[in-house]
Order: sequence, then C-alpha cells, then structure tokens
Amino acid sequence: MDSAMNNATDRALLMQRSRPGRRGIRLPKLDVPVQVQLPAHLQRGELPLPEVGELEVVRYFTRLSQMNFGIDTSFYPLGSCTMKYNPKVNDEIASFSGFSGIHPLQPYTTVQGALQLMYQLQESLCQITGMPSASLASVAGAHGELVGMLLMRAYHNYKGQLNHRKTVLIPDSAHGTNPASAAMAGYQVVSVPSDSQGNMDMDALQARLNESVVGLMITLPNTLGLFDPNIEQICDLVHGVGGLVYGDGANMNALLGQVQLASLGFDIVHLNLHKTMSTPHGGGGPGAGPITVTSELAPFLPSPIVIASPSDQEDNVSYQLATPDLSIGSVGAFHGNFGVLVRAMAYIKSNGADGLRAVSENAVLNANYIMKQLEDTFEIPYHRTCMHEVVISSRNLKEYGVRAMDIAKRLIDYGIHPPTMYFPLIVEEALMIEPTETETKETLDFFIQAMLAIFKEIHDEPQILHEAPHNTPNTRLDEVLAARSPDLRWRSD
Amino acid sequence: MVEEVFGSPYIPNTKNDQTEMLAAIGVDSISDLFADIPPEKRIDSINLPQSMSELALKREFQGLADKNAVPGDYAMFLGAGVYNHFIPSAIAPLASRGEFLTSYTPYQPEISQGTLQATYEFQSLISLLTGMDNCNSGMYDGATALAEGVLMACRVTRRSRVIVADSVPPRHQLVIRTYTKSQGIAVEIQSREEIAVNGDIACVVIASPNYFGYIDEDMGGMVNEAHANGALLVVSTNVMSLSILKPPGDYGADIVTGECQPLGIPLSFGGPYVGFFASKDEYVRQMPGRIVGKTMDTQGRAGYVLTLQTREQHIRRERATSNICTSEALIALRATIYLALMGKSGFAEVGLHCFHKAHYLASLIQSLPDFELPFDGEFFNEFVICVPASSKEILEDLEANKIIGGLDISDIVSKGILISVTEMNTKEEIHKFVEVLSRWGGNSRG
Repeated sequence: MDSAMNNATDRALLMQRSRPGRRGIRLPKLDVPVQVQLPAHLQRGELPLPEVGELEVVRYFTRLSQMNFGIDTSFYPLGSCTMKYNPKVNDEIASFSGFSGIHPLQPYTTVQGALQLMYQLQESLCQITGMPSASLASVAGAHGELVGMLLMRAYHNYKGQLNHRKTVLIPDSAHGTNPASAAMAGYQVVSVPSDSQGNMDMDALQARLNESVVGLMITLPNTLGLFDPNIEQICDLVHGVGGLVYGDGANMNALLGQVQLASLGFDIVHLNLHKTMSTPHGGGGPGAGPITVTSELAPFLPSPIVIASPSDQEDNVSYQLATPDLSIGSVGAFHGNFGVLVRAMAYIKSNGADGLRAVSENAVLNANYIMKQLEDTFEIPYHRTCMHEVVISSRNLKEYGVRAMDIAKRLIDYGIHPPTMYFPLIVEEALMIEPTETETKETLDFFIQAMLAIFKEIHDEPQILHEAPHNTPNTRLDEVLAARSPDLRWRSD
Repeated sequence: MVEEVFGSPYIPNTKNDQTEMLAAIGVDSISDLFADIPPEKRIDSINLPQSMSELALKREFQGLADKNAVPGDYAMFLGAGVYNHFIPSAIAPLASRGEFLTSYTPYQPEISQGTLQATYEFQSLISLLTGMDNCNSGMYDGATALAEGVLMACRVTRRSRVIVADSVPPRHQLVIRTYTKSQGIAVEIQSREEIAVNGDIACVVIASPNYFGYIDEDMGGMVNEAHANGALLVVSTNVMSLSILKPPGDYGADIVTGECQPLGIPLSFGGPYVGFFASKDEYVRQMPGRIVGKTMDTQGRAGYVLTLQTREQHIRRERATSNICTSEALIALRATIYLALMGKSGFAEVGLHCFHKAHYLASLIQSLPDFELPFDGEFFNEFVICVPASSKEILEDLEANKIIGGLDISDIVSKGILISVTEMNTKEEIHKFVEVLSRWGGNSRG
C-alpha cells in the first residue's frame, strides 16, 4: 500500500464510495395504513444519493476532520477572528433537550425558560456596551451590520431625511463586510483614510462630513489593533451633521469591562458572539451578531425582541416575543441563532463581571507581549501600545523573495495556524496576530520562537518557505485554476 | 488545608506570568496598556454577577431548560417550515469533533481540507437533490436564502420588480420585504393562480410545497411564463419533500432555495439552521455566499479551496454580490452527514413515512363531522384543516392533552390550523389527536 493509494482512499467522495444495497440507518416499519399514492407525474425517479454504511460515514468524516486545524488542536492567532478556547460546557448546555428540542412557534407558555434566557442575554449585552436596548435577531457579524444600516435608514426616514442622506463613511482599514453591508442597505460608501499613527485622519473626516452623510461605520479597536484616542470627537463630529455612528463590535474582546461604547458616543453596536463570547466558529458559522442601540433607535429594532411582563413576584414574570413599533422588520425566519445565544449566555455567566474584565486584560497583555518580542526582528508599521492584536509587515523581506503568505504557510509546519494575511488592506504584506487570553505564556513563547526561526530561514534557506507547508494533506492549491474552470460539485461521469 | 484560589479555567496566565510579561513589555501594570481609552470613560467593572463554577452553571441552565416543553413531553404536530424529524445518533459526535467545531472559515486551504471537502459534498448533494447545476456553501436560513435569491434575480435581469406568490411562507415574505425595501425593489404579492408576468418582472417567487403544505402542480407552466417574459423562477421548497417529489430543477427553475433544518438539525427554538441556495450554471458568478471548488495542488493532487471569491465582500467590498461572511458551515456539515447516513433508500423512506402518516391523519380528520380540509390538491406532509370552534380553543384543548397540534393560521384561513406530520408521529399519537378533535365535532360542545 503506497501513500498515493491511501490518499485516494481518504479523498474519495460519498458518491464514489457508494455501493448498491448499503445503508447507514434503519427506520421503523410504517405503522399506519397507506391511504393514497403520490401521483406519478409528481414523483421523482431514483434518489441520487449515496449508499454507504454507518461505519464508513463515521470513518470518512472522522478522517476529514483530521485534515483541519482547530483551536482544539492548534494555536490559532488569526487576527480579527478572536479564536479563543470554546468551553465544552457551553456546547453541552446548548444540547439540553429543553433547549435543542423546542420548536420556534410553540406557545409562549411552553418556552418560558428559553425566552427568559434570551431576555437575560439582551440585558447582559446592554450592560457590556452601555446601551439600553438590544435585539438578538441577527445571526452573524455582517447580518448585524446590515441591521445597523437598516436602522440608520429607518431613523432618517422617520426624521424625514431619507432622500438626501446617501453616503456611509467607512475607514480604509475596515473589514470588507462594512462597505458590502452599507451597499446592501442601498447606500454609497465613502472611504476615510487613516493617519500616520493608524487613527482616523481627522482632517479627512471633516472634509467628508456634510448633510448627505447617513453615518459612520467604525471598528474599535480598529483592524490595526489600535484604540483610536479621538473616538469621542469623531462621534461628536458625525452627530454634528445629523449622522449616526455604528460600532462594529468584532474587536470587543479588547474592551470587555474596560469601557462601555455607549459612553463614547456610539449609537449602534453589534457584538460577534462567535468571537467575543466564545461560541465555536464551526468552520464558518453558525455565529450570532446581536445589536445594541440607544433609546432613540430602539423603536426601529428588528423583530423579534423579548419583553418581560412585570409582576409583583420575581417567579411570576412572563416573557414573550414582540415587534418594536417602528421595526425595520424581520431579518430571518425566526428568533435568531438560539443555540448560539445559549452558549454565549453560559459563557457570560460562567465568566461573570470579574472574568470578563480578566478576558480583556489578558488578551491585551498577550498581544503586547508578542509585539514586544517581535519588534526587533519584524517591522511593526504602527508602533505603539496595541490592544488585543498586533499587525506586523513583511514588506522589507520581499527583497529575499519572501511574501507574508510564505511566512504564514511556514508557520503551519510549526503546527501553528497562520495569522490573518494581507489585512488590513492599508498595510503592505500584513500579518495580523491575535493571541487571545486563553493561551499560555509557553504557547506565546513557542510562537515567538517559531517566528524568529522563520526569520532566520528567510535569510538562510528561503526555498523552505516557498514550498511550505510540507506535511499537510495538500501542498499549496491552485486558486486560479479553481476560479477559471469552476468544479463546484460531484457529477457522474 | 489547601487554600482556595480564584482562577478562570479559560485564562491560564498566572500572576507570575503577568509579572514577567509586563516586565518584558516595560510597563508597570496591565492598566497602562489601556491608556488610549479616555480616562474619564474607563470603568472598573461590568454590572453583572460574579463568575460561577461549571457545576453551578449547569444547574442554573438545567433549571431554565426544564421550564420548556419538548417533544417527548408533547406529541408534536407543529411544523410551518421547520419540523421534528429523527436525528441519527452518528451526527452529533462527528459534527462536534473539535477539528470541525473550533476551526474558522477555511482561508488556509492546506489545513482546512476537512471543512472544504465536506462543503463540496454539501454542494454536491444539494445540487443532486434539487436537480440544479450548482449550490453555494449555505445561507443563514431558508428565509434569507430566498431573499438573497430575489436580490440575485434582480442583478441577473437588471430589473427591479418581483412577484411573490401569496402562498410563500409569510415569514419568508417579511424577510424579502426587509432585504428588498432599501434597494428600491418593488415586491408585489399575487395569488398563485393569478400571477401575471410581464417584461418588467425580474422574478416570480413561488413555494412548493407552499406554506399550507400543498405541491405546486404547474411549476413547469410557471417556468414557461416567467422565461417567456425574461424573468427567472425562484422556488422555495421543503428539502424533505425532495425525497419523493420531482425536484424544481427538473421543471427548469432558475434558483431554488430552502431550509436544511429537516436534515438532522435540532429545532433549537429557531436556529442555528442553514439555508441552501442552488442555481443554474449561468448565474453562478452572481451567487451570494461562499462557494467551494475542486482544484489541484503543486504536486498534482486534488484538493479544495474557496473559489469565485471575486464575488465576495473581502475582495469586492461595496460591489460584492452579498455582505455574507460567517454563515452556517457546521450546520451544513450536519445536513451532509444526515444525507450520507440516510442515503438513497433511507431518505426516500423517511419522505414516504411523512407523506403516508400525514395523509392518514388527514383522512381521519376529514371523516369527522364539522371538520374539513379547505384546500384541494396534493400535499406532502402538511395540510390545513378548518375546525368547528376557534383555532385557538382547539389548540389549547390539544395542548391540555399533551399535543402541540399545529399552528393557528386563522389570520389567513378562517378557523384554520396548519398541521404537520413526520416519521416521528406514531399511530397512537395520530389516534389521540383525532380523538381529541372528535369531541368538538357534531355540535358536541354546543
């Protein structure tokens, strides 16, 4: 048996594994009499699905999982993604049958525990951001951004200013979802440059402010991992022309228990529960991107929100879903990603006020430690105290024929997931490193040693970087080929 | 005696670690690292309770969970878009493997082949089931998938008026409204029988089975009328019905969307689920969302990557086809494992059980005095009954008898209840349901 054979066996698709007559599940016999048959013209022919046994399915997906890096297997300093440990107890709690088994349209009387949990989460998120109102309806960060933009739209419409407010200001360091979300809400995007310190360029902001401005979308700390010290002035200026300020809460891990964004002047703040509140990312979701807002914007929140009917006795409070008076409407079929909300609430409760503050303290400490240990070797384009992540640049290594991508791929050989590459766009050859608070100092030191070793390799044997990674199921893959002739599904020959 | 020390199991830095790291950084305290925050705005603590142990946490949440009624406590005949289906035991242990559960979106393909190949399987199986050319990696849910289908049809046709059949689920209609309103797209709700397409229309949106459970028996005719006017046909379907029904792709539908919840996904009070989004080849570059494609590595071996990324927000920013980033990958994985386990024979059997059990219950109710089925036509596993009292009263009586009897749709159909039956409903549950109803017919309650 050679390894090529093994690879072919590993990688065969379900339809290629299929053998007539095999099955992966046995069902009970039909226990009711057959009344009618589906008319022939509505019936489909033989189902085009695989025939495989249960063990084959188990081995196949187990083997596939082994081709992944996860937080559970590896250090994962993927900047802006907050890949912190996802406590197992939260998954177990979400799988309690009293949570996982309930139908979203059951009578309210039969789901009071679920509604109480959602109500508590709304309240907790409001405490974290300092806002008075929240909606849990948006199921991802970008979904929350879209909701935020639609809230601005509804607000300006209510003020009779819908028609002349057209543009959303977005820093040039922003995540791509920000402009995409603004566009989905029907707005034009105007980019605001950053200054030499990595903050928003205040003159450029002033020059772009006028009565056509819908609002500003801004991430704090920004995608350079920096807290913009002018943030209060920025919010004041935007408010001065009648605009609103949207806070992308993707980087809230840096600020838990340190400052409430509402006090700085934000009108809308979303949180990524799959980042800050440690719900597992699942290879690309599910997430949750709840929105918190000022009282002025609360009437426009998406449906549903959870409300409590007051009662004299605490035990008798009853909860139900409601639609705010001037709601932007529904953004999903039901009430948000409840299973994710359960995990987040469990995380908030287990950490508590003390634990959440310790999260931001240690996340910021760890990032600054890495920055300090790398600063003599790698270029730090914005060299000042960072928050939860640090951005380095490898542009001065291009003369050795080495790109940020090569460093990233070589880290895989050291058993480390690469940092985010080539983002933010304003840093050439960027590598964005976010260690999070859940890693040991030994792990941080190992990462630092790996980076220093790679730096030496760049000078001594750069070829080893170009060919990295060396021990993965695939070497580097041809993305151009994939896009030029798309093969997006299995087809029978 | 051992001294109790507070410490978070999720934060390993010791006091000693912190001291060493602060010394390396060259600051005196962690607080110094937050100096950019305006000092007068810094807080000492969040107004929340203090931390708690894992044991106490589980007790508290078990208490909340116990306040909810679940299938098992009740016989479940409530559907309306999401259903109480059987979930094979192998799904959870596979989908909760840490390598799947705790990985990010597969930006680094060499160490994400598990997620990528599984997603390619998802795209393959959904394409096969729907009879469509291609499918993306998944949307937030069935409703947002349909709304994005409408947006895509407007991009493809460069038109901005759409017709939505009134039998499309109302919750989906609401999401279409939210998603289209800000883009200046006009949505007209028309009765399915009276849909009239003209040359301004970007797409016609129908559901089959529709909100009331009934199958669109003239999908081919609707395709022809839409295409004759340069419009697309967008179909929202119940993926479970595709176990036995001819798929929309066979009729020529252009975009097919739906909710994957029936495929091994817990009800979980409305989410997380995953929507699917399938289309014809010619529209693939207008699709929203992530798409995985097969390619080769430097040694000529097959492998998978995220592809057609120039559609997406991280490249195209405000000109992207959608803002979607994090979606529902883990739930799509669950659906994929479900379809692998069910396979050709199992999935067809589940579909037939749903069909036959629903028709058995319908026939028993139809024979009760004063109960009727208001709609003609073929249904899959859901149907509407009209009852001799208020829908609310009947459902409350059923609930008192440990049956969640369906959805009150009296706002749409007078005295109507929407009933769903799945393979989980036993003959005994069906008989008990009918027995409770029978007490209401024939003027027995005056």
